[in-house]
Amino acid sequence: MFDDFFTRALIAGIGIAIVTGPLGCLVIWRRLSYFGDTLSHSALLGVTLAYAFSINISLSVFIISGTVALLLLSLQKRTKLAGDSLLGLLAHSSLAIGLVLIGFLSSIRFDLMGLLFGDILAVTIEDIFIIWLGGLIILGILFFIWKSIFAATVNYDLAAAEGMRPELSNFIFTLLLAGVIAISIKMIGALLITGLLLIPAATARSLSSSPLQMVILSTLTGIASVIIGLLSSLEFNTASGPSIIVAGLVLFILSLIPFKRSSALQR
Amino acid sequence: MNKNNSLVKLENAGVYKSPKWLVRGISFEVNKGQIVTLIGPNGSGKTTTAKMILNILGTSEGFVKSNTNKMAYVPQKINIDWTMPLRVIDFMKITSSLNNTQITDSLNMTGVDKLLYSQIHSLSGGEFQRVLIARAIATKPDLLVLDEPVQGVDFNGEIALYNLIKKISVTLNCGILLISHDMHFVMSTTDHVICLNGHICCSGNPSSIVKNPEYIKLFGEHNSETLSYYQHQHDHSHDNDGSVSN
Repeated sequence: MFDDFFTRALIAGIGIAIVTGPLGCLVIWRRLSYFGDTLSHSALLGVTLAYAFSINISLSVFIISGTVALLLLSLQKRTKLAGDSLLGLLAHSSLAIGLVLIGFLSSIRFDLMGLLFGDILAVTIEDIFIIWLGGLIILGILFFIWKSIFAATVNYDLAAAEGMRPELSNFIFTLLLAGVIAISIKMIGALLITGLLLIPAATARSLSSSPLQMVILSTLTGIASVIIGLLSSLEFNTASGPSIIVAGLVLFILSLIPFKRSSALQR
Repeated sequence: MNKNNSLVKLENAGVYKSPKWLVRGISFEVNKGQIVTLIGPNGSGKTTTAKMILNILGTSEGFVKSNTNKMAYVPQKINIDWTMPLRVIDFMKITSSLNNTQITDSLNMTGVDKLLYSQIHSLSGGEFQRVLIARAIATKPDLLVLDEPVQGVDFNGEIALYNLIKKISVTLNCGILLISHDMHFVMSTTDHVICLNGHICCSGNPSSIVKNPEYIKLFGEHNSETLSYYQHQHDHSHDNDGSVSN
């Protein structure tokens, strides 16, 4: 069954969607979409380094994205530069460094399009293993810190006052974001990962009346986006990452039109 | 006061945030069953002091010694992002695992039990404030910190909530640190008043503080007379609609 590249892509994609579902909700709630972008742009540098030193791509991306994330957290405390400027600075400089390094590594052939937008053919059994194992670890940790990170998302001061240790859970959450980018970069691509975090969660928002409901719907929408996106990618011979995102967008638009009235009635 | 009753004690505590001290030289303690009120003009460091006690802000000098970790907080401002669907029942449970009886009992006490399944975003300012108080008392904390808890609540509701706060301090035997602009309540029900203006201007029981020259300088002669005139003991309580009940 794993011999078929399409089946492999499907299993890998669903694994990613299960992780991006809950994390995407937190990204939306905490208004971190640009933060996610910054991490995924820096992921390209991680990929370049993985090729240069022939180490595992996911590991290298996790290290680079995680470092950028922690750098960002400490810079936010130290400089007076606004958060979004800081994010832009790190996003574009790490993307640029990644692209410059690719120039230096001319001996290795890069599929730049694949790195930026994901490659359905590139998913190996090893990748599936990394995605599901990494995904389970991320979900396990997220489950463990959920109460604390959720309280901190509702109100930081309240969480801090009532012993939820929000600073620690913020820190862990940041690393989990780097982790989800690391496991999904090959499949979805550096430029589109944030889309898979945001769009299913945004779709779920208009249909949900409680946080748990939104997390579940976001995960299901993500899985549906992956399945529809990959099927159409196969059918129309389009790149896998963009196809999944387009499928997600279509679901988002559908969620706005017919259900708006009924969800308003539900309170 | 008995040492064992002390819930939290500040000793010469201060917070420095470049380029100035937000508060400095703050020393006082909150004991079990005691209502301590912080009063003072805007920017006098009332919220900063509360945040030091709650361990949200670290002290730049001095220290905060707390003998409990069962603290509950009603912040002055709280904005919940619209992107998060959140019902009152979900909000009640964010820092604790309360069961439904505890939640409805507590909402009942603040008069908003009907809102259990309402979206937080659909509540009015006063309703939200009542939910905030209900959430804080539901956990039966040792120390309750209330930062202007009745803002946006209508007049009758204000009286009912202040009576509730008084009742809570008695029934739970918890300490309450209250930041309030309602001088009437402050002077009639508080055990200890601390008058802040970047530092402690004066402190003491309500009847002595209104005669303090520092207090009069900060709040004006007229105000102080009015307030001392208003001192009285409540021998009754009010329902939500303002009617008197016992």
